[in-house]
Amino acid sequence: MTELMDDQKPIIIARDVHKWFGDFHALKGITMDVQKGEVVVIFGPSGSGKSTFIRTINRLEEHQQGQIIVDGIELSHDVRNIEKIRMDTGMVFQQFNLFPHLSVLDNITLAPIWVRKWKRPEAEEIGMQLLERVGIPEQAQKYPGQLSGGQQQRVAIARALAMQPKIMLFDEPTSALDPEMIKEVLDVMIELAQSGMTMVVVTHEMGFARGVADRMYFFDGGLIVESGSPEEIFNNPQEDRTKLFLSQILKH
Amino acid sequence: MATLLEPEVMRPPEPPGFRTWIRKNLFNNWINSLLTIVLVVFICWGIYSLLRWIFTIADWEPVLEYPILYLVGQYPREFLWRVGLVISIYSILIGMSWRKWSGIMGVLGLTFAGFILVLGLWPASIPILTTANRALILANLGIIGVGYFIGGSKKITPRLLLPAWLLSLVVSLLLLYGTPFLGALDIVTTNLWGGLLVTLLLAIGGITISFPFGVMLALGRRSSLPIIRVICTVFIETIRGVPLISILFLFSLILPLFLPTGIRVDRLIRALVGMTIFSAAYTAENVRGGLAAVPYGQTEAAKALGHSNFQITALIVLPQALRAVIPPIVGQFISLFKDTTLASGVAVLELLSVGRSILNSDPQYIGLQMEVYGFIALVFWILSYMMSHASRNLESSLGVGER
Repeated sequence: MTELMDDQKPIIIARDVHKWFGDFHALKGITMDVQKGEVVVIFGPSGSGKSTFIRTINRLEEHQQGQIIVDGIELSHDVRNIEKIRMDTGMVFQQFNLFPHLSVLDNITLAPIWVRKWKRPEAEEIGMQLLERVGIPEQAQKYPGQLSGGQQQRVAIARALAMQPKIMLFDEPTSALDPEMIKEVLDVMIELAQSGMTMVVVTHEMGFARGVADRMYFFDGGLIVESGSPEEIFNNPQEDRTKLFLSQILKH
Repeated sequence: MATLLEPEVMRPPEPPGFRTWIRKNLFNNWINSLLTIVLVVFICWGIYSLLRWIFTIADWEPVLEYPILYLVGQYPREFLWRVGLVISIYSILIGMSWRKWSGIMGVLGLTFAGFILVLGLWPASIPILTTANRALILANLGIIGVGYFIGGSKKITPRLLLPAWLLSLVVSLLLLYGTPFLGALDIVTTNLWGGLLVTLLLAIGGITISFPFGVMLALGRRSSLPIIRVICTVFIETIRGVPLISILFLFSLILPLFLPTGIRVDRLIRALVGMTIFSAAYTAENVRGGLAAVPYGQTEAAKALGHSNFQITALIVLPQALRAVIPPIVGQFISLFKDTTLASGVAVLELLSVGRSILNSDPQYIGLQMEVYGFIALVFWILSYMMSHASRNLESSLGVGER
């Protein structure tokens, strides 16, 4: 019964979310719904609050006002709620944040074994399948420091997927990469989007947005300035700030 | 088609040979030549005098006559077989670990084998070192070999060896102290223990207890609970602000005054507790440095995967932090090992005080301090060097500095 209702409700509901860092008002009332299977791209100038917002979804940042409901669970101070949401929400960081003391395969199997309590052989089998999926099964026994940036980011995606999340959050996943490695990471993300994963992506890769995004949100100054389908945003932006920003990042 | 003339790139010259190097660096002008000659003469003279002192002038009697005193102090001679048994236990353990973890344990194994060799072939005739006893001591070399052989078996895993090492500490303490249970070994009170045995006991006991204690203090100092944080901070800062010798005095002389009458804590234990808490405070600060060096992104990534705070610390932050602080921690343990000599100030008969009491035992030893203290310094140097060498092996085997 509740399952049915959950299917119709948005999987992420954010209502008037505010966040302050000291006196700095980083998020000034963000409202956003993300449906199951949707790919949402958030873009905007640095300091616009886009990373802060995506990090409130799995509570790496705590919001101080408003409401965030992920998969029917409201984010509150209840630690069990937070851990439940984090289990179902994978995150990929700009700096990869792989665990340097563990092999690639151990990076992927650590959380399934310790958080989901899977048996090691099971976790390793799924880990190897995920490494196949991101295209680097031969690196399983290496350490993160021995891989290129693009390979590390693909391992990070596999690590997040190993928990079998319902939502994937990407916080500027290609910003720290050398240009020739960006494509290999985007290809993995495109494949993931096409498989029906719900994704929230903070990125400036407009080709990616045009190709797979269902909706785009332009953030500036802690507010959503404009939102719409990629076609609307690219072909007919309404706000001057959006036009200016797009012209700046699309120029080169 | 005209081929472009490639500019010929000369191969850089070979590094200069030994003779050229010497000519260029040591004899390039008359001042350097003079300095080189003077220094070479000085060094040769120094080595010659040292060797001459060791082999002709020095009187090694206060060292050579008392190997057992230096080793175990006044431990009853009729129970020395227990010490022998402990040595054999470690022979087999070290042999097995040598095979399993070659690098670090190889250093320990070689040192241990050297120690057995020196004791078995001790260059003076001592009543207790009969031919039979010497043979028994040297047999431990064979036991190390047997251990090395067994260690090759797949059944001997690190998972089995680590608890075996911890168990060996308990077993050897029971063997040395005695127990009314099981085989009913006679009790040998610790005031009869001495020498290297006590030095090693204080050092190994201090290190193994202070390490987990120090790690907990370091974590406590970063705790989000104010009470725990304050307690740990006050503890660490208080201990670090006080000299070790005064902590030892506090524990051995003043503490008993506050304990209820009838309760007497062993002198050796009191010294051990003092050393342990002193070392724990320093270990805590080293570990805290390591914890601070782990980027916060590691914690965030682990949180995002749903790990609990305990898992984040135990599986992700602490392993990286400890790897980063192996050098300072080993340095800390080496100084703890040398600081065991301070326990002589509270009437614990460790290696240094055994040397002193031998010097005081006979008027004909007056003036032989050089020989006795030189010997003790050599023992400390060998063991300290072994530790720092082992630490370098440990660092490279754990890949410290790889990234």
